[in-house]
Amino acid sequence: MKQLFVFIRKEFYHVFRDRRTLLILFGLPLVQILLFGYALTSEVKNADLVIMNGSVDPLAQQLTAKLRSAAFFNVQEKQLSPTAIEKEFKKGNIKAALVFPSGFSSDFIKARHATLQVLTDGSEPNISKTIAQYISAIVQDFQREHQAMAPAPLTITPELRMLYNEEGNGSINYVPGVLALILMIVCTALTSVAVVREKETGTMEVLLVSPFKPVMVLVAKAVPFLVLSLANFSIILLLAVYVLNVPVAGSLLLLFLITLLFIITSLSFGLLISNATSSQQVALLISMMGLMLPTIIFTGFIFPLENMPLIFQWISNLIPAKWYYAAVKAVMLKGLGIAYVWKEMLMLCIMTTLLLTITVKRFKIRLA
Amino acid sequence: MVKCSSMKKNNPNSAPAADHADMPIIADHISKSYNKGAVNALRDVSFEVKKGELFGLIGPDGAGKTTLFRILTTLLQADKGQARVSGYDVVKDYKQIRSSVGYMPGKFSLYQDLTVEENLTFFATLFGTSVAAHYELIKDIYDQIKPFSDRRAGKLSGGMKQKLALCCALVHRPTVLFLDEPTTGVDVVSRREFWEMLQQLKRQGITILVSTPYMEEAVRCDRIALIQNGQLLNIGTPSQITDTFPVKLYAVKAASIYTLLKDLRSWTQAESCYAFGDLLHVTLGPHTGDDLALIREYATAKGHDQVTVQRIAPSIEDSFIRLTTTNSLQYGSADQS
Repeated sequence: MKQLFVFIRKEFYHVFRDRRTLLILFGLPLVQILLFGYALTSEVKNADLVIMNGSVDPLAQQLTAKLRSAAFFNVQEKQLSPTAIEKEFKKGNIKAALVFPSGFSSDFIKARHATLQVLTDGSEPNISKTIAQYISAIVQDFQREHQAMAPAPLTITPELRMLYNEEGNGSINYVPGVLALILMIVCTALTSVAVVREKETGTMEVLLVSPFKPVMVLVAKAVPFLVLSLANFSIILLLAVYVLNVPVAGSLLLLFLITLLFIITSLSFGLLISNATSSQQVALLISMMGLMLPTIIFTGFIFPLENMPLIFQWISNLIPAKWYYAAVKAVMLKGLGIAYVWKEMLMLCIMTTLLLTITVKRFKIRLA
Repeated sequence: MVKCSSMKKNNPNSAPAADHADMPIIADHISKSYNKGAVNALRDVSFEVKKGELFGLIGPDGAGKTTLFRILTTLLQADKGQARVSGYDVVKDYKQIRSSVGYMPGKFSLYQDLTVEENLTFFATLFGTSVAAHYELIKDIYDQIKPFSDRRAGKLSGGMKQKLALCCALVHRPTVLFLDEPTTGVDVVSRREFWEMLQQLKRQGITILVSTPYMEEAVRCDRIALIQNGQLLNIGTPSQITDTFPVKLYAVKAASIYTLLKDLRSWTQAESCYAFGDLLHVTLGPHTGDDLALIREYATAKGHDQVTVQRIAPSIEDSFIRLTTTNSLQYGSADQS
């Protein structure tokens, strides 16, 4: 027992004395969470919108006031010629333009049909799509208010509501994704590299020619990264709650449990890789290409799984991060209990058992 | 000409001893190949090391020394043959061997990012002991690196590293010590110190198997085995090995040593000729008359100045060169891995 303790302490020395490992451990979560939270978001805030209103029109003014009050837009009222609009778009000064035709009110009241022109910058398709959706939502809302005052006909207008994310906070979906990614990097890549380093530097030879049980080397290697990963998880969670304003809706304990399970799955993966390789570069390459890439692609936090061909959806079931992502989303964002995530947890348990069995079975007590 | 292919001639203990107690290391017809037989690392290697003996395995890089060490320290399995260390079988009883021997691999295999003291404490704990428990064994060695106990192992000089590695291999007071090329890449002074340390350890009753590519270090061992291409060429005390040098050896010198070498090599009377330091070592084939005069006459006839010829006692290296040349005559130059 004392041997294991001293071995684990040695592993902590290795981590804390290697700047690169430390940077990956604690720099990466910070960068990723802020990058995904702020820079890579499709959320639109304070987009420059130009409203052109040709005449004094009461309804057009009301609609303009409503658009102004929305936090999404930075509204300017201007009269611009079509060529001037194009120039502004090209310079990137405005993201959208709204053109009221003359007689907008009379069209709406008398003919019960009014049109208005919305121009967006199609060179940024994601943003322009979002802006167009926002504007049409506001216009529909406006239309409904006015129909309520008028007598029939009753028209059904679709009510768009972004469930679980009413404010349209874009970082909310990234937090579980970043969690999955970071834990995968720390547990899988760093653990496999840590074991392979012993082989590469020759210290494994000395370790093997000692009474220390060879399989315990794996345990000693995994424990520090388990502890560090939990620390990492806490950091990401704190950043998410206090910096990105993503609340934890469900049970913190359940979230912790699911994460612990996923960490063990990733550690087993790392140990399996370390078994099969004998150079740090190869171990890192396999961890990165073999696990990071599928994690990004098949987890569903960047590319929606529902849109993928069936075969890719099947493949995605083999990726542990997919199950973790789904479970974290359910617990953290939707506030669901264990009854809704037991399937995901079971999948992770099965994967872990399988990976650990292979790792221990394939573990060599000799050099070759 | 004497063929030295069989080591049994020089080693009366070659047959597997029934009593393992005074034979801490027994290798019995060990063969090992790599890459599915493409490379023969060891071919039918048998030898024994007596209790308390300092036994040297002498041979160039790639001779198979490290493979032999790994088989004896249970890190590799031999394709053929058996080996026992401290009476334990290297395959079946690998656990007992691992806890009772000390092993220092050829490559520096300590943690470079841990300090001297941390390394020592770690290995002591790993073997279920403490640094203090057998301190008297490592004291003389450890005292030399003690001033640097807070320094990271990676920042030590080559000689210091070897001393630390030796301390780590000794920390649990092993009965048998395996040192794979401990003096390679170490300066001359540190090498001499290292061999003195080994003599001291021997006095403490520890059996030591040490390998080295440096022939001149062979005389420091009680007995040696010469190894090349995975085969033991000869086993015996250093003097036994030089005594069995079958012919007379001459050192020849002249003003132009390079042309002299070429001339002697093209001389049918010369059996062998090779450069040795700033001299040429020459052996002659069968002939009548005085050897010294014959060499001198030939060299002078070839127009060489300041020719000196001297009969000398063969060194281990001379024996090794002779054994390898006769060996390659027998086996060709196959797989010089």
